[in-house]
Amino acid sequence: MVSSTLRQLSEDEKSQAGQAHGADNVLEVRDLQTVFETQDGTVHAVNNVSFALKPGELLGVVGESGSGKSVSMMSLLKLLPMPPAKILNGEVLFDGRDLLQASEDELRSLRGGDIGFIFQDPMTSLNPVFTVGFQLMEPLRIHMGMNKKQARARAVELLELVGIPSASDRLKDFPHQFSGGMRQRVMIAIALACDPKVLIADEPTTALDVTVQAQIIELVKDLREKLGMAIVWITHDLGVVAGIADRVAVMYGGQIVEYADVDKLYDDPRHPYTRALLKTLPADEGLRMERLVSIPGQAPNLKGPLVACPFAPRCEEAHERCWSANPPLFEVQAGQKSACWLESEDTAGAA
Amino acid sequence: MSEVVEKDLLTVSDLKIHFPIYKGLFRKKVGDVKAVDGVSFAIQRGETLGLVGESGCGKSTTGRAVLRLYDPTSGHVIFEDRDIASLSDSEMRATRPRMQMIFQDPQACLNPRMTVGAIVSEPLIEHTKLSPDDRKAKVRELLDAVGLNPDFVNRYPHEFSGGQRQRIGIARALALDPDFIVCDEPIAALDVSIQAQVVNLLEDLQRERGLTFLFISHDLSMVRHIADRVAVMYLGKIVELAPVSKLYSNPQHPYTQALLSAVPVADPKIEAKRQRVILKGDVPSPSNPPQGCVFCTRCPIAEKKCFTVPPEWRELKPDQFVACHLA
Ligand SMILES: Nc1ncnc2c1ncn2[C@@H]1O[C@H](COP(=O)(O)OP(=O)(O)OP(=O)(O)O)[C@@H](O)[C@H]1O
Ligand SMILES: Nc1ncnc2c1ncn2[C@@H]1O[C@H](COP(=O)(O)OP(=O)(O)OP(=O)(O)O)[C@@H](O)[C@H]1O
Ligand code: SF4
Ligand SMILES: [Mg+2]
Ligand SMILES: [Mg+2]
Repeated sequence: MVSSTLRQLSEDEKSQAGQAHGADNVLEVRDLQTVFETQDGTVHAVNNVSFALKPGELLGVVGESGSGKSVSMMSLLKLLPMPPAKILNGEVLFDGRDLLQASEDELRSLRGGDIGFIFQDPMTSLNPVFTVGFQLMEPLRIHMGMNKKQARARAVELLELVGIPSASDRLKDFPHQFSGGMRQRVMIAIALACDPKVLIADEPTTALDVTVQAQIIELVKDLREKLGMAIVWITHDLGVVAGIADRVAVMYGGQIVEYADVDKLYDDPRHPYTRALLKTLPADEGLRMERLVSIPGQAPNLKGPLVACPFAPRCEEAHERCWSANPPLFEVQAGQKSACWLESEDTAGAA
Repeated sequence: MSEVVEKDLLTVSDLKIHFPIYKGLFRKKVGDVKAVDGVSFAIQRGETLGLVGESGCGKSTTGRAVLRLYDPTSGHVIFEDRDIASLSDSEMRATRPRMQMIFQDPQACLNPRMTVGAIVSEPLIEHTKLSPDDRKAKVRELLDAVGLNPDFVNRYPHEFSGGQRQRIGIARALALDPDFIVCDEPIAALDVSIQAQVVNLLEDLQRERGLTFLFISHDLSMVRHIADRVAVMYLGKIVELAPVSKLYSNPQHPYTQALLSAVPVADPKIEAKRQRVILKGDVPSPSNPPQGCVFCTRCPIAEKKCFTVPPEWRELKPDQFVACHLA
């Protein structure tokens, strides 16, 4: 099957590349830090986020609501309003150059061209006063230099690819005439329009039923295989991640707290937040749970720099050290890192 | 829940909502999008009816029509013995606070120029006589209940993450202690822990105050948890309706079967081995639905009859209704 070939491929590539900073990454993010300057103080939304992607790879990003998943990814292409947002630090290497240093013109030509972006909220990124057809054809004409007729044909093809019925009749419709899941699929079509090298998909299938979702996932597998598209897929659906990701980043409090190969993450989660998260899933079969499990306590408010582990107030295993310093990512085994003091060499020795 | 009172709070009968399609220079009407095409169901007081189905099959439109945000093309929506289409404006105004909606698209219902505090207190100002202090206390209580930090009252919607915004909508819908809530994908944007918190909250409210829910969702395991009965929609029609246990253990309609088989499992080993059921065939358009059964163009077991004769809606097993020739 497609997926197993792919996973095999990336495994081979990994052993070839061997060292950490493989030169064949299409996208590499280092120590990204983004804040919002607001009336009542600085919100530290993204703290030292690093990750890397090779062609054809899929990184799943999961985590607490408000943990900085969307802001991290929007920072890459400076899609945030600045101010209030401010990128304090970091490097975003794409095709050998640092996007954080790139000019607004360069960024504009990448957005919707070599880097496709599916936004979490379709209604904020689809323009209500333009038809769906116009919004699909515009990037094709700008980035691919197509004429009107070619762009139209490609737009119809794209809408069919994401399963919109009577696609050619619907080009003239406005976004409000589509259902929630159809708008989401229009977003997917726009992001895929120009065969991007990297696709960043923020909750791309939350409004879709599972059969349409399965179709989209199949489409994405195809694109990874045929075009070597690399993908960042943000989702709350731990089932979807299990099915499609090569690696997973788990976010909490604006940072990546666990970063692991997908099998390792589900087999042996090493961060207490990941463990708590996996326990909250409702039962798929058997008896109905009397009450669903949630993680007690409040999400961190991110009002200052992190001086302690952000999960400490809710962590069952928190100890003195957790309150005195923010743990860095420790490598617990090849292909798995966890930012938890329980994984540091000296703590492990003591325990 | 359902054993408490047996009376229906809401009855929907043969509801149709068609959106006209116009074409050409003179905007001539050339057809209809049959978004909802003959839907009937009832919900008892204190019950949760799950509504699931293909994207674009008419779930949100049904939910909106139930709250009279759309006028039906034909059919009836009876809320406590009265057809809501027949209510005068002032009667409707009095009924509104009792029926609320949590919207699928939080962006659409949050005024970007209002703070969260103002958004959640707006219905309280309009429909209650609470003093400003009591109102403030109530707003903080509501934010806390949906897992938002009450200190965020002065922030604006754009300063929140997607999931946080969704919860502002939930807090607002709960503000007036309604009797009935249409929840349109209320938890899709939330992480699993917050999903659990919100669902537990909805269930507590139901237990304490006998709340009734129409729960629209794509999350089949959550629907299994929260719903008493489930209606499965496809292309403007309900194709199966049954109590949760029967529907999940013994689905009768081929579309329900396809749907249940596609639920992803949070285990990479199972996912790697699994053969996904991908529905083949043309996805029909609601402006031109198939002749016979609405599912015939994609049904894996369709026979000749399915393409010409619409199947009857029948009670196949006690309480389990289905519209399929071959079930
Ligand atoms: N304009 C802003 N001003 C102040 N704070 C902001 C702003 N935008 C986002 N934030 C905060 O930044 C944090 C990260 O937000 P982000 O949207 O990245 O979360 P997320 O992980 O994508 O969550 P979700 O799963 O709910 O979409 C949140 O706590 C949010 O409240
Ligand atoms: N205002 C409108 N004008 C024209 N067509 C509309 C309008 N609103 C909805 N439709 C159409 O009606 C059909 C049903 O839409 P609806 O939003 O009810 O679907 P849904 O079941 O909620 O889907 P989803 O799961 O994707 O949210 C769709 O084909 C949609 O394009
Ligand atoms: S560092 Fe401490 S508080 Fe943080 S997750 Fe590990 S044990 Fe828990
Ligand atoms: Mg987000
Ligand atoms: Mg909908």
